[in-house]
Amino acid sequence: MTPNYGKELSAGAVLLIIAALLPFASDGYMLSIGVSIAMYTVLATSWALFSGPTHYISLATAAFFGVGTYVTGAGIDLLPYWVLLPLAALVGGVLAAVVGLATLRLSGVYFVIFTLGLAEMIRQCVTWFQNQQGHKGTYVLTDLTEAHIYWQLVGLAALVYLIGWLIQHSRLGFALRIIGDDEQVAAHSGINTSLSKVALFIVSGAVAAVVGAIIAPRYVYIEPAIAFNPMLSFQVVIMALLGGTGRLWGPLVGVIPFTFLWEVISASFPNQTTLLLGLSFLIIVYLLPKGFVGLLQKIRAKTGGFA
Amino acid sequence: MSVNVLSLRGATKRFGGLVAVDHIDFDVTEHQVMGLIGPNGSGKSTTLNLISGALTPTAGSISLRGARISGLPAQDIARKGVARTFQLVRLLASMSVLENVMAGAMFGHRRRGRHDAEHHAMEMLEKVGLGHVSHAPVGALTYIDTKRLELARALASDPQVLLLDEWLAGLNPTELEEGISLIKRLRDEGRTIVLVEHVMDAIRSLCDNCVVMSSGKKIAEGTPEQVLSDPEVIRAYLGDDDA
Repeated sequence: MTPNYGKELSAGAVLLIIAALLPFASDGYMLSIGVSIAMYTVLATSWALFSGPTHYISLATAAFFGVGTYVTGAGIDLLPYWVLLPLAALVGGVLAAVVGLATLRLSGVYFVIFTLGLAEMIRQCVTWFQNQQGHKGTYVLTDLTEAHIYWQLVGLAALVYLIGWLIQHSRLGFALRIIGDDEQVAAHSGINTSLSKVALFIVSGAVAAVVGAIIAPRYVYIEPAIAFNPMLSFQVVIMALLGGTGRLWGPLVGVIPFTFLWEVISASFPNQTTLLLGLSFLIIVYLLPKGFVGLLQKIRAKTGGFA
Repeated sequence: MSVNVLSLRGATKRFGGLVAVDHIDFDVTEHQVMGLIGPNGSGKSTTLNLISGALTPTAGSISLRGARISGLPAQDIARKGVARTFQLVRLLASMSVLENVMAGAMFGHRRRGRHDAEHHAMEMLEKVGLGHVSHAPVGALTYIDTKRLELARALASDPQVLLLDEWLAGLNPTELEEGISLIKRLRDEGRTIVLVEHVMDAIRSLCDNCVVMSSGKKIAEGTPEQVLSDPEVIRAYLGDDDA
């Protein structure tokens, strides 16, 4: 089995190097799309690490992302930038742990609604706090360029893939698949179901917070409505489901076409984005319930049948 | 003197005003097969759920080799050595037959590494007669094979006590015969088993001892011959006129 692992890892490394070369080969527009793709790839992949095996749909991405942007926003004048990223991971992870311990006993729709409400609650708290201080937002002024942001995100993507790969091949990964299939069987097989779920939720929360921290300088000026935009949570879910959560590379396959689609939608129909987002969600769930990954497996099974 | 593996003392479960299990006491000794029988709704499955931790007792205590397990979450009870099958078979639908059994082998009473678990899971599949379909998806199994698979998963954790919740229910006569002989083999291996069962042939041929429940209470305890000829047991099953 070991040589196979080597092949998977080296294929990943080659793709990573190709991805990292983008800033040298493209103009500003392509690079800005590259940043979006890298950002959504990290968010959707880390979302799928938790939600893929457990089938818990989390809409908390915006909460973690927003907290991350505010770590950078509040800390940029006080601490060196490189300290802010692990700090964002820590804050995101702790938030995920608290939320996870409180809510992962909830299942199904209760969990979904809670996570959606969480982002909104944090947004309102931040807004209130800023208003108390007489601000509407915060400036994030750095000399980081678009290319710097892009490389950080690609590096983070590599880390997420590595973590995901390690989890998949660990006891924890197997335990999560069992939980996803039947939580009661998992518990009666001796799996600490809450701990396993919280562990993965922490990973995905920490990663989303770091993405927020990396992206903050790109916004230059952040305010709660931008940082905690609930649209982000929905986009991430849609992209991950479009790609398919059954494989680690699944979300990436959803992110790339969706980012381009989203560019078209937001450029041509700026007032109908929510409507079109909803429609694309319906279409994906209806036509591709298991995403591109599922479609590919279906095609493979069919051609395999003919051969 | 045989050792008590499992002991229930005053185990009680109340659902609002309904007392589903009412002060149940019994002991299961090492290598014993204990039958938990009684009419529908008498609280047998609830008692099993109290032992496995699927439900928490309202009162009373349950202990495994002298250590209290009642009140612990199901995963802790499983790790201490209680494994079970479910009244309605529960399998891991996205996984292969082998992976289903590995679930029991990796996280249960004896925690194994992946490699070791795979080996052990294969052995358990051979034992229940599913060795030839180890890589099949669970959707491809017949009904009795799903029951076998669930049994293999429970066995894979090397439990101290195995709980079988109507494991023989729904089998046709040929399958029933196979099923009974499979459990007989487990009994001959010296496993300690508590089974909830309706099939009288199985109770007679498998159980060393029986506890009879009716309306949540224990109404008789003894060998299958003793309890099945007890007038009160007959009354519970058939009503007053036939006693």
